[in-house]
Amino acid sequence: MIIACHECDLLNSVIDIPVGTTARCARCGVALYSRKKNSIERTLAWAIAGLVFFVLANAYPILIMKSEGVLSETTLFESVKALYAQNMWGVAALVFITCILVPFIQLAGLLYILIPIRLNHSAWQAPLLFRFLRKLQPWGMMEVFMLGILVSIVKLSDMAAVMPGFSLYAFAALVLVLTATVSSMDPYLIWEKTGVRHD
Amino acid sequence: MTETSMIAMNSSLTSCQSCHLLCQMPEVDNWHHATCPRCGERLHVRKPNSIVRTWALLLAAYILYVPANVFPIMKVTTLGYTESDTILSGVFYFIETGSWLIAIIIFTASIFIPLLKLLTLTGLLISVRRKSRWRPRDRARLYRLIEGIGRWSMVDIYVVTLMVAIVKIGAIASIEAAPAAVYFAAVVVITMFAATSFDPRLIWDNLEDTDE
Repeated sequence: MIIACHECDLLNSVIDIPVGTTARCARCGVALYSRKKNSIERTLAWAIAGLVFFVLANAYPILIMKSEGVLSETTLFESVKALYAQNMWGVAALVFITCILVPFIQLAGLLYILIPIRLNHSAWQAPLLFRFLRKLQPWGMMEVFMLGILVSIVKLSDMAAVMPGFSLYAFAALVLVLTATVSSMDPYLIWEKTGVRHD
Repeated sequence: MTETSMIAMNSSLTSCQSCHLLCQMPEVDNWHHATCPRCGERLHVRKPNSIVRTWALLLAAYILYVPANVFPIMKVTTLGYTESDTILSGVFYFIETGSWLIAIIIFTASIFIPLLKLLTLTGLLISVRRKSRWRPRDRARLYRLIEGIGRWSMVDIYVVTLMVAIVKIGAIASIEAAPAAVYFAAVVVITMFAATSFDPRLIWDNLEDTDE
């Protein structure tokens, strides 16, 4: 089998590489494909764990602040609503999409695609959904949000006493699990299993 | 060396942009309806109107970059006294209070990365236009870099979001998001689209053209 490098168009032949390694384009050096151990099962397991942490991360407050005897706390969704209330609907929408909507669609979408694959059939409209998930990938910004939380803590600590809420830990776990989900996923394998037979 | 024959485009083949399946290039008159047999994505030899589209998005980003840095990104009201923070004054604030690490993070994410992205894409577009043969591998690597790091510019937006939501201590202190947040968010989103609309294969196509 031959593939064309998606970044420089050079034709590369697909060879059987050892598990855990990545094949790179001979000309531009971009990663072409990797072989991963039990990719489907591992990705599925991480995605399930991800959904659990997603729920926890969104259900509890991220930060708790105490100042002049007043306690205030906020969850992610309440933060989005606060921005919206200040007429910053565009920014609010962007935060909602990158931190809540996209991570959720990614995780739920993977379950929808991978569970049927595991059971040896293909879900309805799986290729369409997986194509959409791949395009959505850059718009999930959980790890950037995590950095945003840490910067906020430092910034707020000059003003008042700040305590991390329970969901801060859930967010940290979610970031790690999302990274593991993406890195255990083998898109080529998923395309082979879901895509319409072409030969 | 007949490197030309090893390129998909020269062998009547094209790689699906979505699932990377190598597909036969259809007849010219069917071109507009061609889709990938495996995933259903539309097939193109190169991303359509890549250069014009990227220039347009870049130009918009350059324009929005100015108000994003000039206007305040948030307004802090403490005991009736309002103070405006721009992106840059936020960096200076952290330097003054001794939080060097945070100052470096904010400077990198909010000022350095957007500029690097704008300038790199501009440079890549010019190099493609001039059919440059200069270090294609490094230019390709640069493209990959700016495609990956753009997302980190969102840090400041998330900080503003969290600050707005949590600092609500009645009349004592409150924080309001200011116009630059909108402009800055727009710069991040538009440069992300600009990076996606640029086709890195154009960097390599120039090597082919001048071979002949």
